[in-house]
Amino acid sequence: MMIDHPLLGLRDAQEFTYLGDASLIDRPDWRSDTAQEEFHDYLYLRDNPAGEHRELWYHEAGDRSWLVVTRNMLTHEITQVELARDVARARGRSK
Amino acid sequence: MAYSGLRIIKEALTGHKGWRPAWRDPAPKAHYDIVIVGGGGHGLATAFYLAKRYQTAKVAVVEKGWIGGGNVGRNTTIVRSNYLLDGNQPFYNLSLRMWEDLEQELNYNAMVSQRGILNLVHTDAQRDAARRRGNAMILAGDDAELLDTEGVRELYPFLNFENARFPIKGGLLHRRGGTVRHDAVAWGYARGADRLGVDIIQNCEVTDFRIEQGKCLGVETTKGFIGAGKVGVAVAGSSSRVMAKAGMRLPIESHVLQAFVSEGLKPIIPGVITYGAGHFYCSQSDKGGLVFGGDIDMYNTYAQRGNLPVIEDVVESGISLIPALGRVRLLRSWGGIMDMSMDGSPFIDRTQVDGLYFNGGWCYGGFKATPASGLCFAHLLATDTPHEAAQAYRLDRFRTGRMIDEKGQGAQPNLH
Repeated sequence: MMIDHPLLGLRDAQEFTYLGDASLIDRPDWRSDTAQEEFHDYLYLRDNPAGEHRELWYHEAGDRSWLVVTRNMLTHEITQVELARDVARARGRSK
Repeated sequence: MAYSGLRIIKEALTGHKGWRPAWRDPAPKAHYDIVIVGGGGHGLATAFYLAKRYQTAKVAVVEKGWIGGGNVGRNTTIVRSNYLLDGNQPFYNLSLRMWEDLEQELNYNAMVSQRGILNLVHTDAQRDAARRRGNAMILAGDDAELLDTEGVRELYPFLNFENARFPIKGGLLHRRGGTVRHDAVAWGYARGADRLGVDIIQNCEVTDFRIEQGKCLGVETTKGFIGAGKVGVAVAGSSSRVMAKAGMRLPIESHVLQAFVSEGLKPIIPGVITYGAGHFYCSQSDKGGLVFGGDIDMYNTYAQRGNLPVIEDVVESGISLIPALGRVRLLRSWGGIMDMSMDGSPFIDRTQVDGLYFNGGWCYGGFKATPASGLCFAHLLATDTPHEAAQAYRLDRFRTGRMIDEKGQGAQPNLH
């Protein structure tokens, strides 16, 4: 697989390590009344869809940026690559 | 009609005209006591034990494609009972004991071959870990033997003992482990279940569950609605997809594991060798092909094929361990989809939907679990209580802190 890095262009997926579902960006608020339940779901449950999947890849052997890659689970086709930083900020994180 | 040596001779002398299909191809009935979703090893074994040991009268297995077309036909055929933790080892102990009696129970030649599994160790720390694991296995009633370098050399003189990074310092030998002809397991259970009256319905995809007021009444399929007193789902690899139809999110990711077979060779590897440090394990089939594999591809996928970097990694590891493989040609490679769970251990449990039961999360260890998984799932379906060997395999164990994390990796499925 080739990942079209937003800053570096097409890079071999071998240069990256894989973390998992991009929902891992949405860490629950520990002050919430239902924090325990939210952290259980956040940490252990996954949608694991058989289709489009947004996921976190780390460019370990490259510029060490985190990317959010949108990839099809049935064909491995990659349709979108974003910097995880931009995705997180758009969701109101890392202010 | 039972299979026997006498029967083969008789058929050979009469032109093989007496063989009949090993199982029927029935149309689904309107209602069953228990419907099993998934005609793989675990689903067929569950149906067999439901009919045989729990005397359940009306059982059906519903399969999307053809039976045995999923992971039971895609693995590297290894059976073993070499786990460490209390939640796992008694279960795999049961499973290995069931493998030993399987062919007699099924009247089917599954080519169970207890040729021994050797886990190599390369450092003092690995030797300590192997000793600890071996003691845990012995405590659970299984066998384990710690070998030194010379012990390994006696078994496999052709290994590369002097590798600069991973010199071979010994190994943990599990003599009762070995291999089983994987397709024959599916066929044997299918024939056994069919002979006990189980309907095996192929080319019949479950499209939805019919759930009313929190109770599962049956399954909607491409061949119409099939009513059921209870529904058991055993579709590892696709568990998240199927259980999503019942509104469930699971502690599972789907990953692909590749496997490989070489051209046929004269006998060279009598047992199973695992080289964990280099991501490689290998055995030789009775046809002569070297059957080997390595790590999963590490990313989520439902495609039953992997990518080239892992093939390169596995082959490099293989040649670094067995330099003699350098000239061997690879015949085929393929991929199977694993239910990778959050702690690397499986589930056999009820769900919050009344009458709906779940079996999955087998990671890359589902094949060796087939008999015990079938028995324990049948026990749960028939009695509504967990089998004593599978009590730890609960879906809510992450909520209660009772994870069974053999490798201590935490909730990172691709590392288990």
